[in-house]
This record gives sequence, C-alpha cells and structure tokens, in this order.
Amino acid sequence: MADLIIHIAAAIALLGVALAAARMVKGPSVADRTVALDTLTVISISLMAMIALFAERVIYLDVALVYGILSFLGVIAVARYLEGGL
Amino acid sequence: MENILITLLSLIILVAALAAIYLRNMISAILASGLVSLFASILYLLMAAPDVAMTEAAIGAGLSTVIFLLAFKKTRDEEVENG
Amino acid sequence: MEWYRLTGSILSLMGALFLFLGALGVWRMPDVYNRMQTGTKSTTLGSILTLFGLGVYHPQWMGQMLILMLFIAVTNPISSHALARAAHHIGIPLTKKSVVDDLVEEEEPRLESMAEMEER
Repeated sequence: MADLIIHIAAAIALLGVALAAARMVKGPSVADRTVALDTLTVISISLMAMIALFAERVIYLDVALVYGILSFLGVIAVARYLEGGL
Repeated sequence: MENILITLLSLIILVAALAAIYLRNMISAILASGLVSLFASILYLLMAAPDVAMTEAAIGAGLSTVIFLLAFKKTRDEEVENG
Repeated sequence: MEWYRLTGSILSLMGALFLFLGALGVWRMPDVYNRMQTGTKSTTLGSILTLFGLGVYHPQWMGQMLILMLFIAVTNPISSHALARAAHHIGIPLTKKSVVDDLVEEEEPRLESMAEMEER
C-alpha cells in the first residue's frame, strides 16, 4: 500500500518533469528557460530521492546533493551573465 | 514504473538534444545541454551506476555550463572588438 | 503495516502534488516573473514535503534528508532572487495584467544619486 502510494507520487512528479521540460523547449526568452531548468532541478532532486528509496541504496542521495550544489552554481552563473557580470 | 521512467526520460533527452542543436540563442543551447546531462545522470542512477551519475552531474551539469558561459563571453567580446 | 510508512508515503504524495502544481504553473503562467514565483515557491514546499515524507518512511535516512531539505530551503530563494534581478535588468516586459513595478521606481533615484556623487 505505502509502496504503491510512493509509486503514484513518482508518476505525478514525472508529469511535472514533462511539463517543465516542455516550457524549457518552448520558452520564448532565456530567462524562461533558466526558470524551467531551476524547476527541473528541484523536481529531479525529489525524483532521485524516490529512486534511492526504490533501490534501497543510500549512496543515491549523495548524487542528489552533488547535483543540487552544482546546478545552483550554474543557475547563478547564468543570472550573473545576463546581468552583465561574470 | 522503471520502464515508464526510462522511456519518458529518454524521450526528453532526445528533445533537449535537438533543442540544443537547433536553438538560435547560444545561452539557450547551453542550458539545453545542461538539461541533457541532468536526465543522463538520472538514467545512470536507474541503471545502478551511482559513481557515473555523480561524475555526470558534477562535470556535465555544473562545470561545463560555467565553462561554456565563460568561453562564449570571451569569444563574443573579441569578435565585437574586431568588428 | 507500520503506521510511519503510511504517514511518510502520504506526505510524499502531497509533496509530489505540489511539485506537479509548480510545473503546471511554469507551463501555464503568462509572464517570466509569475513563472519564477510559481516555479520556486511551490516547488520549494513540494520538495521539502517529499523529502520529509521519504525520511519518515525510511527513518535511518532522516539525517541526509534533513541536509537536502536545508540545502533546498537556502539555495532556492537565492537563485530566484538573482534570476528576477537579471530578467528585470535585460528588460523583459511584465504582463499586461500586472499593476505595479516597484523596481523601476527604485532604480531611477539611485542612479540620480550616483550621478550626483560622481559630480561631487
């Protein structure tokens, strides 16, 4: 029962990934695509934690942490570039 | 569940790679290549290779985006100076 | 069935619903700034609920889940703020339904005062 509920939650998060990726491809300006990438990062961190629960391996959470830190740096770099800095 | 995940993530990787090729704006293409490496990292996790996934997340998503941005800024500045 | 597994799975289901609503807002909203708001606030709540639910489901992993939650709660508003400033700086227009733009009214007197400082 509880396992089935977490599978349903992963499917709902996957629908969110599809919607945000569609905005990422469509979005008219660079800022739209950066916002979509930021949203995709946060959803993917939750998805990685769910995959870690499915596989019962704790090392997958470290991948989520590393990805969170480095993608945050990437988004900050893009924002600085758009603002004229970097 | 895992089959659905792998299929949909592969489709998104294909769409993002085509977007990285065909987008006119260079910053958007750089962001699309970061998206490709994000979903490649999740696929490596699904195939039970966490070390490869961690390397892909560190190099592909974080480092290559920043290095592409720096290189793009430097080359564009020189082209503007040369006319 | 243990009670904490059911509680944790229901918490993570609520978090996944918030994540989906955030992505739906990113797809449906008319403007960069509205997309930014729904894409960061709603997904912050959703990911924190999901990670807390997974930590309740699997109590040995609660420490790492707490680190991830703290990290998301710190970094997500920072990236949203930087992106909003950058989007306003490169001149992306607001949607027609929005009524006030305080950043323009704030930037102009600051620029005037900086010009005055350079004159002195």
